[in-house]
Formats: sequence, C-alpha cells, structure tokens
Amino acid sequence: MHIVVCVKQVPDTKIIKINPKTNTLDRRSAPAILNPYDAHAVQEAVKIRNKTGGTISVLSMGPPQAVAVIKKSVEIGADLGYLISDRAFAGADTLATSYALSKALEKISKDNPIDLVICGKHAIDGDTGQVGPGIARRLDIPPITNVIEVSEVNKEEKYVHIKRKQIDGYEVIQSQLPCLLTVEKEINDIEYAPLTNMINAARYEPVIWSVNDLEDVDKTQLGLKGSPTIVGKMFSPPKLEGGKRIEGSTDSQVEQLMGILMERKDLLKIKTANS
Amino acid sequence: MEENQGVWVFIEVNDGSIEGVSLELLGAGRKLADKLEVPLSGVMLGKDVMPLANEVIYAGADQVYVVDHPVLKNYRTESYMKCVCTLAEKYKPEIFLYGATPNGKDLASAVATDLSTGLTADTTMLDVDVEKRLLEASRPAFGGNIMATILCKKHRPQMATVRPKVMKALETDEGRKGVIIEEELELREEDMRTKVLKIVKDVTKKASLSEAHVIVAGGKGLGDIQGFQLIHELAEVIGASVGGTRDVVEAGWLKHEQQIGQTGETVTPKIYFAIGISGAIQHVEGMKNSELIIAINKDANAPIFDVATYGIVGDALEIVPKLIKQFKELSKEKGGEMSYV
Ligand SMILES: Cc1cc2nc3c(=O)[nH]c(=O)nc-3n(C[C@H](O)[C@H](O)[C@H](O)COP(=O)(O)OP(=O)(O)OC[C@H]3O[C@@H](n4cnc5c(N)ncnc54)[C@H](O)[C@@H]3O)c2cc1C
Ligand SMILES: Cc1cc2nc3c(=O)[nH]c(=O)nc-3n(C[C@H](O)[C@H](O)[C@H](O)COP(=O)(O)OP(=O)(O)OC[C@H]3O[C@@H](n4cnc5c(N)ncnc54)[C@H](O)[C@@H]3O)c2cc1C
Repeated sequence: MHIVVCVKQVPDTKIIKINPKTNTLDRRSAPAILNPYDAHAVQEAVKIRNKTGGTISVLSMGPPQAVAVIKKSVEIGADLGYLISDRAFAGADTLATSYALSKALEKISKDNPIDLVICGKHAIDGDTGQVGPGIARRLDIPPITNVIEVSEVNKEEKYVHIKRKQIDGYEVIQSQLPCLLTVEKEINDIEYAPLTNMINAARYEPVIWSVNDLEDVDKTQLGLKGSPTIVGKMFSPPKLEGGKRIEGSTDSQVEQLMGILMERKDLLKIKTANS
Repeated sequence: MEENQGVWVFIEVNDGSIEGVSLELLGAGRKLADKLEVPLSGVMLGKDVMPLANEVIYAGADQVYVVDHPVLKNYRTESYMKCVCTLAEKYKPEIFLYGATPNGKDLASAVATDLSTGLTADTTMLDVDVEKRLLEASRPAFGGNIMATILCKKHRPQMATVRPKVMKALETDEGRKGVIIEEELELREEDMRTKVLKIVKDVTKKASLSEAHVIVAGGKGLGDIQGFQLIHELAEVIGASVGGTRDVVEAGWLKHEQQIGQTGETVTPKIYFAIGISGAIQHVEGMKNSELIIAINKDANAPIFDVATYGIVGDALEIVPKLIKQFKELSKEKGGEMSYV
C-alpha cells in the first residue's frame, strides 16, 4: 500500500497579527507550522499502514523552509518526503496549486504506484478546502471529503469504507482504490511519536524538485499565471455598532433584563414548579 | 467569454427538501441577476425531485434545470459533477453559486477543476461590478481577522461557495412564474466508482443548536467548569439550548458540537445570551445574525458589546444566579401557566 499525504506549511493563525494600516498579514508575527488538519492526515496514514503495511510519502509545495513540515510528518511516522519548490509555483490559487501537486503525484507514482492520497479538510490560512478535490479530479480518482473515519481498507480487492460527515449526521461510502480523502480533525488523536521517529526526522532530508524536474508540465497553468482568481482587495470586516447598555446596580440590571425577556416570553419555556 | 450569460444557483436537496442555503442563494442571486439584467436559474439534481421545481421558482428563480435520475438519489461527486459540468458547458452561465455545505463545497471544487475556472470559497458578501460584469465575492481570511475580495477576471463561469445563514431568502411567492427545463442525461450506475452504503442522521444535533429559538452561550469568563454550570442552569429554567466558545470547548467544558462560531456552528436564534464571552471575530461570525443578543461581560470594552442588542457590564457569577432565581420565582408564582412546550 502506498499512501501519499499532502502537507502544507501555514502561519499559525491563532497568533497572527494583521497590520491595520496596510491590511496585510505580518508574517513575522506568526510562526510557521504544519497545517493541523494535515497532521491528522499523516496520523491516519500511519494507522492504515500499521494494518496494511506499505509506505507513506508526504508531499508539500512551498518555499525551501517548508522542509520543516516534512520533517514534522516524518516524526509522526511518514517514510518519505517530497518538496516541490520553485518561483514558478508562487502566487497559485487552488486551481494552480492542485495542478502542481498532481504533477508531482504523477511523478511519485511512476516509481511506486499510489493507492491512496490523503489531504487535510482545509488549510488554516487559505482555508478553502478546494485543493484536495482538485487533485482528485486531475488524477481522475474519486474525492471523498469531510472524512471522520476510515472503517475498512481492503487492499486486495481495492476498496475502502469511509464515514463522511454531513450537515446533519454522516454517511458511509464505499470507494474504489485509489481515491483521495480529505480528513476532519476528529478522525484521530495525534499520538506521541516514538523516539526513533524524532531521530529519523532530525536527520531526514526530503527530495526537492523544481519545476523542471516534473514531467509534462504546462507552465501556463502554474503559479500566478495559472490562477483564475486574484485577491482584489483586503479590508477590515464591517464595523458593528452595538445597542443599548443596561445600567444600574446588579439588582436593577437583572430587573431590567427580566422586563426585556418578558416581552418575548412566548419563546421561553419556563419550567413550572410542579414539572 | 461574452457568450456566458445568466446567474445560476446550485439547489441542494436533502431528504426530499431544499436546503435553506439554496433558498438564501436564490435571494442573493436575484439581486445579482437584476443588476446584470439577466435571468436567474436554479440547477437541481436528484431522484424524484421534479415536484420541488416550483419551489425554486417561488423562491426567486426565472428558470430551473432539473435532472431527475435514479443514479442521482444520493449525492456523489462523480455523478453530480458530470451533470453540472454538462449543463454549464451547454448553457454557459456567467456566475454560479453553491452553498458552502460539505456537498456544495465538494461539488464546486470538482466542477471548477473540470471547467478550469476560479472558485471563491466560503463567501460572506456578494456584489457585482455591472460594467465589467465581475462578481465581487468577499470572504473572511486569516481566521476572520480580515476580509478579502476575490475576483475571477478571465474565466467563466465565475464561481463561489457561500456560507449558510449569511444571505437572505426572499419571501416565498406562489404567484411567481418561471420555466422548468428537464434535462435528460445518460448516467449509468456501473460507471460509478463510489457507492453510498448508509446515511445516518443525527437529529439531536440539528435540533439543539441550529434550530434552537433560544441559546445560552458561555465563555471563559465563567472561570471554570463549576462556574459554567450557571450556563446549564439558566438554559434549563428557560428551556434553551447551550453553546459556547472554542476556548470553552478546548477546555473540555462543552462538547465539540456545541461550539459556536466560524469553525463551529452558525446559529440564528431569536434570543442569544453571550455570557463571559469576549466576542472574538471568529465567535461573532457564528452568532451575529441572531435576533436579540444579550451580552454579559465585566469588561466594558469587550467587543461582544458591539454586536449585542443589550449589553450588561457586570460580573456574570453575580448576575446569572440572580436571573435564575427570578425565573424560578416566576415559575412558582404562575404555576403551570408559563410553560410552552
Ligand atoms: C486571503 C486569501 C484568500 C484566498 N481565497 C482563495 C479562493 O477563494 N479561491 C482560491 O482558489 N484560492 C484562494 N486563495 C489562494 C489559496 O490560499 C492558495 O491557492 C493555497 O495555495 C491553497 O489553498 P488553501 O490554503 O485554501 O488549501 P486548502 O484547499 O484549504 O487545503 C486542503 C489540503 O490540501 C493540501 N494542500 C493545500 N496546499 C498545499 C501545499 N502547498 N502543499 C501540499 N499540500 C497542500 C493539504 O493537505 C491541505 O490540508 C486565497 C489566498 C489568500 C491569501
Ligand atoms: C482560525 C480560528 C478559528 C476560531 N474559531 C472559533 C469559533 O468557531 N468559535 C469561537 O468561539 N472561537 C473561535 N476561535 C477562538 C477565538 O479567537 C477566541 O479565542 C474565543 O472565541 C474566545 O473565547 P472566550 O470568549 O470564551 O474567551 P476569552 O476571550 O478569554 O474571553 C473571556 C471574557 O470573559 C470576560 N469575563 C471574565 N470574567 C468574567 C465575569 N466574572 N463575568 C463576566 N465576564 C467575565 C472577560 O472580560 C472576557 O471578555 C477561533 C480562532 C481562530 C484563530
């Protein structure tokens, strides 16, 4: 079984700062991390490999520093890592990103055919969730998004059973292999990696490809040039106004609030003394 | 590109009824279509969905394309995208909107790849530059700290997924007239590489938050899990559902599905209590369209007061017990009279 996980390096949006004057991201304010959903994707690959055996490769597109997220993936349990890094990839929207990644996947599969691709549900910076399905279409394999459980992997008969989250519940899907999954965080808990993984990760040096290392690439479909969407402008979210303040002592505040709520008592299901 | 005309909305059908977000998009799409002076169309796929076609027209569409086929019984990327791509190539819309639901996002991402066009994700504001015939789709970026307007200048259709509960549906008008166009497409079950084996509905979840009339939500301001009991108590006496912030969920005071906000549930109750909640943009994103918002926070400058209809500056640990007491007394006084179940 050859599983490839796509992993992205992202700024930690939890602590991100926006420059209020230019409305741009202060990249120095945020440390770069492995996209949290992708950590769960690698963990899921490890769980599957523990049952089926085989190899886990990870693939990332980004600047040379993105080697860090490949090392992090090796720490979680990946075997091999590939980074595609080139100015030609820069400024890509999701269409151009999925194109570049699918070209790298085609090259990886030449040496070792891919049975399963796993992506995160979305990346916390771009936050579109569009790259995974885009890759699947380009490789012509079924995409299965919002995955919360991989319940069965049958590598002999080449199918998987997947639980997929829905608006109001979930569905169980059978898909042929190869296919592509995008995973939710609840799919698993990140386990503590064995010490040997950490040692491997520290030493690990991924394969790095530039655009010229990939085959059959139409360069007009890459990067900014290959991106149909552009960011027109950035602006602060519309300012909200807020309403009345209820002033006074605590008792008076509570009294006033009760008055307001009693006007909508049709909505309140107040428990009765004898119920 | 000039030949592309018209605004399309993908109509998502779930369990025999049209998803709310699709009706909202017909409302938003109507405005865009009127500005551009083009027709608004719905695209509806499924099995036995024909009877729903009129509803699409009543909700604002001029025409509905319907593909009614047994293979389309359940949503699957492959069968749905094949139909949508075929129709889009045949009729060439200039704008195409989808609900940002699991299926809507899945479908739109696949369709955009095959049509080689741009797709803006999770839009919360829509407008159109009439002169350039350019869709201006704006979305929160970097964890909601900022908004970005995404444009697709050279490719058609211009596509966007739009968050549920942001746009407004029109009043249903049964007098509206429109055209229903049934499309015959060849689909074969043998060609499908995926099968839906089982669908499990989690009714409790839907009933508890997105459908709740009254929500009592608490934040880290309650101090600890004991303090948070006040939220449960207040909810209990007034028959409300309980929600909270991400920080509260991360602290383990509430279950994941009770998180309200950008990465949790989007809710629009009649009354929303925000107690000990600072009002971070990501939280506000999920509750700002509630009808009546009551905020209790001890920091007079907390951003939650910017969205609150009524704000109380004070200590929740003091105010909420008093509120609970008042309601309990009320119920004693009035006997059974005030119970609406
Ligand atoms: C403010 C802003 C708004 C944007 N809005 C849009 C938009 O509306 N539409 C659009 O098309 N583009 C948009 N983009 C561009 C988009 O962020 C980039 O194309 C980005 O490279 C990929 O998209 P994502 O981060 O949304 O990934 P997602 O689709 O959310 O990522 C899903 C998964 O795909 C894989 N993946 C994604 N990127 C990589 C990578 N570089 N290497 C390896 N694996 C990866 C990972 O497994 C990841 O978990 C926007 C960018 C910005 C800055
Ligand atoms: C990508 C991303 C996605 C996110 N998604 C979500 C999301 O979906 N939902 C969400 O909620 N958050 C989300 N967050 C987190 C969000 O940014 C905030 O951190 C979070 O909402 C804060 O929770 P809080 O209001 O409970 O806590 P705090 O911000 O710590 O606020 C506590 C408040 O309680 C007040 N307080 C303290 N003591 C008392 C008292 N005795 N009485 C009254 N008031 C008191 C304080 O003045 C303060 O305003 C997200 C963040 C990121 C980066």
